[in-house]
Amino acid sequence: MSKQIQVSGLDAYYGGHKAIEDVSMTIEPRSITAFIGPSGCGKSTFLRTLNRMHEVIPGARVEGKVLLDGEDLYAANVEPVSVRRMIGMVFQRPNPFPTMSIYENVAAGLRLNGRVAKSEMDGVVETSLKGANLWNEVKDRLNKPGAGLSGGQQQRLCIARAIAVQPQVLLMDEPCSALDPISTLAIEDLMAKLKDDYTIVIVTHNMQQAARVSDRTAFFNLTAQGKPGKVVEMDETSRMFTNPTEKATEDYITGRFG
Amino acid sequence: MTTIQHISTSRRIKDRVVQGLVYLAFALAVVPLVSVLWLVIKNGAARFDLDFLTHSMRNIGARDVGGGAYHAIIGTLEQVLIASLISVPIGLLTAIYLVEYGNGGRLSRAISFFVDVMTGVPSVVAGLFILAFWVLFLGQPFSGFAGALSLSILMMPTVVRSAEEMLRLVPNDLREASYALGVAKWRTIMKVVLPTALTGIITGVMLAVARVAGETAPLLLTVFFTDSINNDPFSGPQMGLPLFVFDQAGRPNATAVDRAWTGALTLILIVMLLNLVARLIARWRSPAKGR
Repeated sequence: MSKQIQVSGLDAYYGGHKAIEDVSMTIEPRSITAFIGPSGCGKSTFLRTLNRMHEVIPGARVEGKVLLDGEDLYAANVEPVSVRRMIGMVFQRPNPFPTMSIYENVAAGLRLNGRVAKSEMDGVVETSLKGANLWNEVKDRLNKPGAGLSGGQQQRLCIARAIAVQPQVLLMDEPCSALDPISTLAIEDLMAKLKDDYTIVIVTHNMQQAARVSDRTAFFNLTAQGKPGKVVEMDETSRMFTNPTEKATEDYITGRFG
Repeated sequence: MTTIQHISTSRRIKDRVVQGLVYLAFALAVVPLVSVLWLVIKNGAARFDLDFLTHSMRNIGARDVGGGAYHAIIGTLEQVLIASLISVPIGLLTAIYLVEYGNGGRLSRAISFFVDVMTGVPSVVAGLFILAFWVLFLGQPFSGFAGALSLSILMMPTVVRSAEEMLRLVPNDLREASYALGVAKWRTIMKVVLPTALTGIITGVMLAVARVAGETAPLLLTVFFTDSINNDPFSGPQMGLPLFVFDQAGRPNATAVDRAWTGALTLILIVMLLNLVARLIARWRSPAKGR
C-alpha cells in the first residue's frame, strides 16, 4: 500500500476560468502533506484533481500529468472510477449516507462495488472502524443510522468508510473545519496513526494543524482576485514554519495577510 | 440614548388583522374539502355494504334496488395498476436523465418543455388520442388496457416532475462521497441517490395515482361501458369507478343516485388506502430518524 504522487504542469479549469496554474510537486508515501493558503486559491481544486473528482463538476477539466507511482492518472485509457478506488477522499462536511446504518456506511464502498461475502465484510467493517478510532463508541449500535452520530463521530465514520476500500492514498479536504477541538484532536491522532499505511494529503485553514500533523507543507496563493492559484512554496513543514524562503509564505504564516 | 420601545398599538392591530386573514383563508380552503367529504360520506354510507362491494350491475333493472360496483372496483384497480406500471418506470427514468445526465443541455431542455406541455393536456384529449391512435388507427378493441394507456399519459408528467424535484433535493455531497469511494455513476444513482429520494418519489407517485384514479373522460372514450364483471383488462369493455359514478348519477331513480354516491365514497377510500400503504412502505424503507 501507499504510493507516491508526482504532479507536473497541472492546470485546472472551471469552464473558461482557470482555477490553478502550472502546479508541480511530489507527494511522498507514508507521510502527511498539508496544503495551506487563503480561501479561493485552489487548494481544494488541486486536491480534487488528484483523484479525478474535479471533472465530476460540469464543465470542469484538467491539463497536465498526475503520476501515481509512475502511472499517469489522466492517460486516455484510465478509468476514473478505478482511480477513485485507489485514492480515497474525506470531505469538509461529514457526509454519511442517510439511508444507511453505521455498518452499511462502512461497507458501502465494497458493497456498492459488488463483491465480498458477509463474513469477510464483518471483518472489514470492524478493522476499518478500529482504524478510524470509532469502534469502541459504535460497536453496540452498528445497525443504527450513521446520521445519528455526533459531527466528530460522523467524520470518523467517513474516514472508516474511505479506508474500508483500502486505498493507497487518502485525500482530506478540511476534515476538521466543522468539528470542535476535541473531535479535531481525535482526527489528528488518527491521521498520525494512518500515516504508517497511507499517503495522506490534507487541505487545512488551520495553520497550527498543518504544523502539528504534517511532514511537508505546500503554500498556495493567487496573485490577484480572478487569477489562477499557484504553489508559492513547498518544503518540510518545520522549515516552512520557521524559515520559509518566500516572503509571501512568511507573511501568510505569521498572519500578516490572508 | 435609545430606549427599549414597546410594541405600538397600530402594530398590534395590524398583527391581529393579518392573523385573522390567514385563519380565514385557511378556513375558506378547508370548507369545500370538508363539505365534499361530508356529503359523500352522508349520502354514500347508506349503500356502503358488503353487497355493494361484491356485486356487479349485471341483471339489475332500472328500478331494482341492490347491485354494486364490484366490476368497477376491479376495473379501476387494474387500469390504475397498469397505468402505473407503464408511467412510473418511464417517468422515473426521465427524471433521472434530467437530473443526473441532462446537465441542462438542449435535449434535457426539450424534454422539460414537453413535460410541462403534457402537464397541461386536458384529460379528455389523452382519451381522444388513445381512441384515435390505439382503437381507430391500430384497430385495437375498447379495453381496460386502452384506458390504462390514456391514464398513463396523464400520470407521466406528474411522476416526472415530482421525481425530478425529489432527486434534485438529494445533496451533491452524497453523490461525491459515493464517487470518491470508486462507485460508478449508475450504481451511485441506484444505491445512494434513489434510496435517499425514495420517500418523496413514492409520495409523488401516489399523488399521480390519486389524480388518475378519478379521471372519467379518458375512460369514457377508451374502456367503453359494461355492467358485468370483466377481469381481463386486455379484452372487452371494462368499467371504472368514475365511470360507474358518472353512469349511475345520470339515471333518473333514487336507487341509482345512491349507488353513485357510494361509488364516489369507495373511490375516495381506495385512494386513501393506497396512500396509506405507500406511506407505510416509505416509512418501512427509510431509516429511523435520530439516534
